[in-house]
Amino acid sequence: MGNVPSAVKHCLSYQQLLREHLWIGDSVAGALDPAQETSQLSGLPEFVKIVEVGPRDGLQNEKVIVPTDIKIEFVNRLSQTGLSVIEVTSFVSSRWVPQMADHTEVMKGIHQYPGVRYPVLTPNLQGFHHAVAAGATEISVFGAASESFSKKNINCSIEESMGKFEEVVKSARHMNIPARGYVSCALGCPYEGSITPQKVTEVSKRLYGMGCYEISLGDTIGVGTPGSMKRMLESVMKEIPPGALAVHCHDTYGQALANILTALQMGINVVDSAVSGLGGCPYAKGASGNVATEDLIYMLNGLGLNTGVNLYKVMEAGDFICKAVNKTTNSKVAQASFNA
Amino acid sequence: MAAMRKALPRRLVGLASLRAVSTSSMGTLPKRVKIVEVGPRDGLQNEKNIVSTPVKIKLIDMLSEAGLSVIETTSFVSPKWVPQMGDHTEVLKGIQKFPGINYPVLTPNLKGFEAAVAAGAKEVVIFGAASELFTKKNINCSIEESFQRFDAILKAAQSANISVRGYVSCALGCPYEGKISPAKVAEVTKKFYSMGCYEISLGDTIGVGTPGIMKDMLSAVMQEVPLAALAVHCHDTYGQALANTLMALQMGVSVVDSSVAGLGGCPYAQGASGNLATEDLVYMLEGLGIHTGVNLQKLLEAGNFICQALNRKTSSKVAQATCKL
Repeated sequence: MGNVPSAVKHCLSYQQLLREHLWIGDSVAGALDPAQETSQLSGLPEFVKIVEVGPRDGLQNEKVIVPTDIKIEFVNRLSQTGLSVIEVTSFVSSRWVPQMADHTEVMKGIHQYPGVRYPVLTPNLQGFHHAVAAGATEISVFGAASESFSKKNINCSIEESMGKFEEVVKSARHMNIPARGYVSCALGCPYEGSITPQKVTEVSKRLYGMGCYEISLGDTIGVGTPGSMKRMLESVMKEIPPGALAVHCHDTYGQALANILTALQMGINVVDSAVSGLGGCPYAKGASGNVATEDLIYMLNGLGLNTGVNLYKVMEAGDFICKAVNKTTNSKVAQASFNA
Repeated sequence: MAAMRKALPRRLVGLASLRAVSTSSMGTLPKRVKIVEVGPRDGLQNEKNIVSTPVKIKLIDMLSEAGLSVIETTSFVSPKWVPQMGDHTEVLKGIQKFPGINYPVLTPNLKGFEAAVAAGAKEVVIFGAASELFTKKNINCSIEESFQRFDAILKAAQSANISVRGYVSCALGCPYEGKISPAKVAEVTKKFYSMGCYEISLGDTIGVGTPGIMKDMLSAVMQEVPLAALAVHCHDTYGQALANTLMALQMGVSVVDSSVAGLGGCPYAQGASGNLATEDLVYMLEGLGIHTGVNLQKLLEAGNFICQALNRKTSSKVAQATCKL
């Protein structure tokens, strides 16, 4: 940049630029204006579904324990942004994940808006039954493409975990409850290092075969780069249609949006993210966690893709939870916009 | 098979056609990328805390040892405007000039150019914009008038066998004018190239760009100026820098500007971040198998050093993830 006087801030045209061209997307009907359509990259999906994992994956990795009423308020605010899927909590033992100990109260306490889905994690049959009793109408199971990670994380081999998940998913289907499957370590493992695309495909196929309607491929430690994302997706997409796939990128090494762009270019149209980029990384102290929903929406809006989500309302929800958790946001869009 | 599943997303119909074009939009990536390290100039210029001359010199020496082949050293601008660059002559004279490494310096006018040459500069950089209003506010003249000023520098540089690089600010948006047309960026870039700049760096000055806008801008510019003469300079104000850079690489651009530790803020959005962090860029390029010549470990050390001197945390995610707290 040149010799710019630092006194210049927030010029009117600048605000206009952001408002008119980059912050649209709060309704699908509010369609693309023709000028914007020409900047859309060819080959990208027209609509991208964002799966908001802030209340679960985000908060789970935050040190500060958030009171139940704050969690409920947080989810309720997210429900009003246009997000269509919000991962609420995890029916896991509080011994393992203290932050999720109030899962039943949160699930019962939130307002379930029509048109919004509220999946919850259910690592086993017991968790599943509790979730259903608490009013859950969608569940997720969490597998991994790494044996070591599976052992350390849920204390069993991949094969054993698949057995458990099969029980859960079968019960879910029996009750007409959709089940989503996660595959962790899709682009690398903190214990094993690199993970072959074939292994990711194998695990994804198992989850898809047992009845999961969507498989979210997670770059758990954020080590992936566009090349490894491409290779992994090429392998998985030979066995599973892209319409049943999602990507879940962590921004530990700043690669998340570049990896997501790559996934979009390959036809993926479901992306997980967390408002404010909540969550750290348990494997790299001080590192950031999930990709920030605000920054994701900013890119998607700029690309002319519909999300149905109002960026400004998401930023407000992010501001709310950051104050509650007493941390500064990890979203660059929020950082740039909230300081007057 | 997939059709039997419940709650499917809506786009099943268009999938086949999507797949046909999606991979074609990815393009072949360059095998090598030249990184232009702008931390000591663009980075430091936008940092509040003034660092001493010896610290600046040490930073640049550490960056040289990290394998970077171009390090933008300082700016021969009046200290009245940019106090951080007040010691430009001492810095340029004080750094170790490793063979094979270029040390370009900014020269906003002929006076700055002459001072730079006297101080030993072998490459200079001139700074234009694709926005009339930005040019007016920044250097108090129109784009056309700015060309006349730059022409004087280019002629002098040519006589003295000094290479000139050009910057085009506001390539993806302007804080005053808002949207900037790709045609305007192409026009200014073409002018710089025809005047004698060997390379033109297209800057997303306020970081508002997204990959589609990057693509449109580059498509227009590439019709007027050869790809090999183009570079991108992305700011990470809205977190879009790496994705925008990836788009540029997919279009064949092979020169990328970045700043160690993501130094520099943004004067237009208080609290916002500035440049793309070199560490994060190198991480992506290495992951893609693209040669950079940079030693990431040494780069991290340089970033760590300057952050301590500035008393600030790094903006590089790679640095945050690899340092032990």
